[in-house]
Amino acid sequence: MTSADMGKAKSGSLYAPRKAIYPKEVEGEFRRIKWGLLAFTLSVYYLLPFVRWDRGPGAPSQAVLVDFPHRRFYFFFIEIWPQEVYYLTGLLILAALVLFLMNALAGRVWCGYLCPQTVWTDLYLAAERWIEGDARERARKDAGPRSAKIWREKIAKHSLWLLIAWWTGGAWVLYFADAPTLVYALATFQPGISEAYIWIGILTFTTYMLAGHMREQVCLYMCPWPRIQAALTDEYALNVTYRYDRGEPRMSLKQASALRLAGAPAGDCVDCGQCVAVCPTGVDIRKGASFGCVQCGLCIDACDAVMGKIGRSARLIAYDTQMNCDRRRKGEAPVYKPLRARTIIYAALILAIGALMTAKLATREDAALSVLHDRNPLAVTLKDGSIRNAYTIRFANMSAEPRRFLLETSGVEDAEVEIVGVEPDIEGRMIVGVGADQTRETRVLVTWRGARRAKGQTPILFTSKELESDASVTMRDVFVTP
Amino acid sequence: MSTRQAHSDAARIDPHSKTRTTGHEWDGIEELDTPLPRWWVITFYATILWSIGYFLAYPALPTLSGGTQGLIGWHSRASVARDMEQLNEIRGPVLERLANAPLEEIEARPQLLSAVRALGAAAFANNCAGCHGAGAQGAKGYPNLNDDDWLWGGKLADIRRTIEHGVRWDADKETRSETMPAFGRDGMLDAKQISIVADQVRAMAKLPGGKATPQGAKLFDDNCSVCHGVDGKGNHDMGAPNLTDALWLFGSDKETIASRIANGGGGVMPAWKDRLDEPTIKALTIYVHTLGGGE
Ligand code: SF4
Ligand code: SF4
Repeated sequence: MTSADMGKAKSGSLYAPRKAIYPKEVEGEFRRIKWGLLAFTLSVYYLLPFVRWDRGPGAPSQAVLVDFPHRRFYFFFIEIWPQEVYYLTGLLILAALVLFLMNALAGRVWCGYLCPQTVWTDLYLAAERWIEGDARERARKDAGPRSAKIWREKIAKHSLWLLIAWWTGGAWVLYFADAPTLVYALATFQPGISEAYIWIGILTFTTYMLAGHMREQVCLYMCPWPRIQAALTDEYALNVTYRYDRGEPRMSLKQASALRLAGAPAGDCVDCGQCVAVCPTGVDIRKGASFGCVQCGLCIDACDAVMGKIGRSARLIAYDTQMNCDRRRKGEAPVYKPLRARTIIYAALILAIGALMTAKLATREDAALSVLHDRNPLAVTLKDGSIRNAYTIRFANMSAEPRRFLLETSGVEDAEVEIVGVEPDIEGRMIVGVGADQTRETRVLVTWRGARRAKGQTPILFTSKELESDASVTMRDVFVTP
Repeated sequence: MSTRQAHSDAARIDPHSKTRTTGHEWDGIEELDTPLPRWWVITFYATILWSIGYFLAYPALPTLSGGTQGLIGWHSRASVARDMEQLNEIRGPVLERLANAPLEEIEARPQLLSAVRALGAAAFANNCAGCHGAGAQGAKGYPNLNDDDWLWGGKLADIRRTIEHGVRWDADKETRSETMPAFGRDGMLDAKQISIVADQVRAMAKLPGGKATPQGAKLFDDNCSVCHGVDGKGNHDMGAPNLTDALWLFGSDKETIASRIANGGGGVMPAWKDRLDEPTIKALTIYVHTLGGGE
């Protein structure tokens, strides 16, 4: 985008006002796809918190829930504990790779169809059109004097926008608490949920600002993706492209027919400006690939309609590559290469990380053990000359039932093991009970009579055996002799 | 090379962008005078206004005897006090359970135990770590609380009493006041006798080079066994250390032992009863007891 497109300022003025963009309504294939995706993504967002998932008594029965007070994240059959945030990291890496792959195949399709900024802006534009009319009408109303009717429309529009924004913020907080309960609490103004109100307030404000007032400015000034995307793309990626090999030179329909009759070359573009009129970011795609273009395909729909009317074939603007425009001009056949080094690598990485995460999830233990050696002091000498090391051992029971774990050590011969607060049973076994879905931290003292024989560090293994199933987890640490 | 000079005032309109130039030019490249976006300028002014408001509202300027107070009366001290209040509110239920539970039962209740240990660890770091070390590992003359050797007893009640009333802390009437006499300084034993007793003690402790003699045994019996016991195994009631184990608070070489005999005395610990509240003392007791040395 050149500075000329960004709105003109009077010479010497300190700022340039935003050039208002009035995107025109358009119908066509890509518009239909966009409506479909809009309906789909918004329904997922608004309805997902209400999907129930039975996890048994005591556990929340919400399919997707971020439970901050209990530090759990629930996603359908998956329950993530704080120490397992690497799943989240994995998901973020996957998301980035999918974005890269989409970009290698078809440019910024994410921006045009799926980005929340695009989806909500689209919804806001639809609301605006519904109340104030289409582009030309809105431009006229904004330029002319304000009548009472215009004021009424403006108020209606902003109220509708705020309503959507409020609903958006409302849906957001439902992901953090039991949705039906919270809806009831919100609707009946129950006390003690001020945090929910604050978050609804924040999300209402940001939605209203970003989708209502800032629109394409978010894509142009605030979003980092266009900058990154520009560095990641190559000449084989499909982008919304004006086929200048076919469209140029532009001229009126009459001129073009005359030229064609005479056997002279003529372009298909009739310079009607429809492609620019419908563009939500105000781009003239005929100037070439643009950083302001979010690849929504609406200009394709607009131009296709024009081509239909003048009896020329569709897709003067299409998902295509600059390279192919040049090739066709030279009489070479266009090339499409979805299988390229980068797409194959991205796909392979996605599969690998996806498989790794699935495997990890499928084989994950529902018990965990962590061992922390006392650092200060590392070792203690006792009256009889034996050496004692102390450890903080945390048992995690990630199942829905209370369970008992037997703690055993090996590696240090005839070590005496004590757990503070836990009495050994008749057989001298150390058994630690942990409640359902809980952890228990214990202080474990290991005394070694023969330690004097072993200077330095001796490896020691701690094993926790689940009493009923015999499943066990082993952690390694060291016994330190001074 | 262009013939025009940099920083000439020849601002002009750039034919391509239709934007005015600043007139600055370097090697043929001119700088456009592109205006800032309005939202940016507004944001910039808004931050300036905000900073002025902030400056007035909060303590900002230092003066010779303090500083400006700010119009809304905010104070970091007050905010800390509020945080502390909130913390105590959260801790309230635990503190209450702690206050009501007998010391002996706390360790058997996992949740209470972990809360109390956390509380005790913090109190220990604030009050005790200065002498006993951050990990209660002690130092020469300051007992290691992780081991199983106790001068005044390692049962919960003993530990609690030591914390409450201190050791040789004259300001507390109930403090432990027994003290090792200075046998040499006060002329009860001469240097030769002290050396013999030191050898005797080292022999009782099976330290290499220790030397038991009939004279040494007699001297020990006459002078030391009252407190340290006939067999040298010490006495918790008097704070007399066990002389036969592997742990030596001041060191086990002959010179150190002889000097302890000659000069007497012992460590001092403050009484905490008036400085710490009941739940904190309880938490500290449990914490020290669970370090590993508790009896
Ligand atoms: S140029 Fe076309 S594809 Fe790009 S943002 Fe505008 S309308 Fe959408
Ligand atoms: S809509 Fe098509 S015909 Fe009209 S100006 Fe754009 S490219 Fe040319």
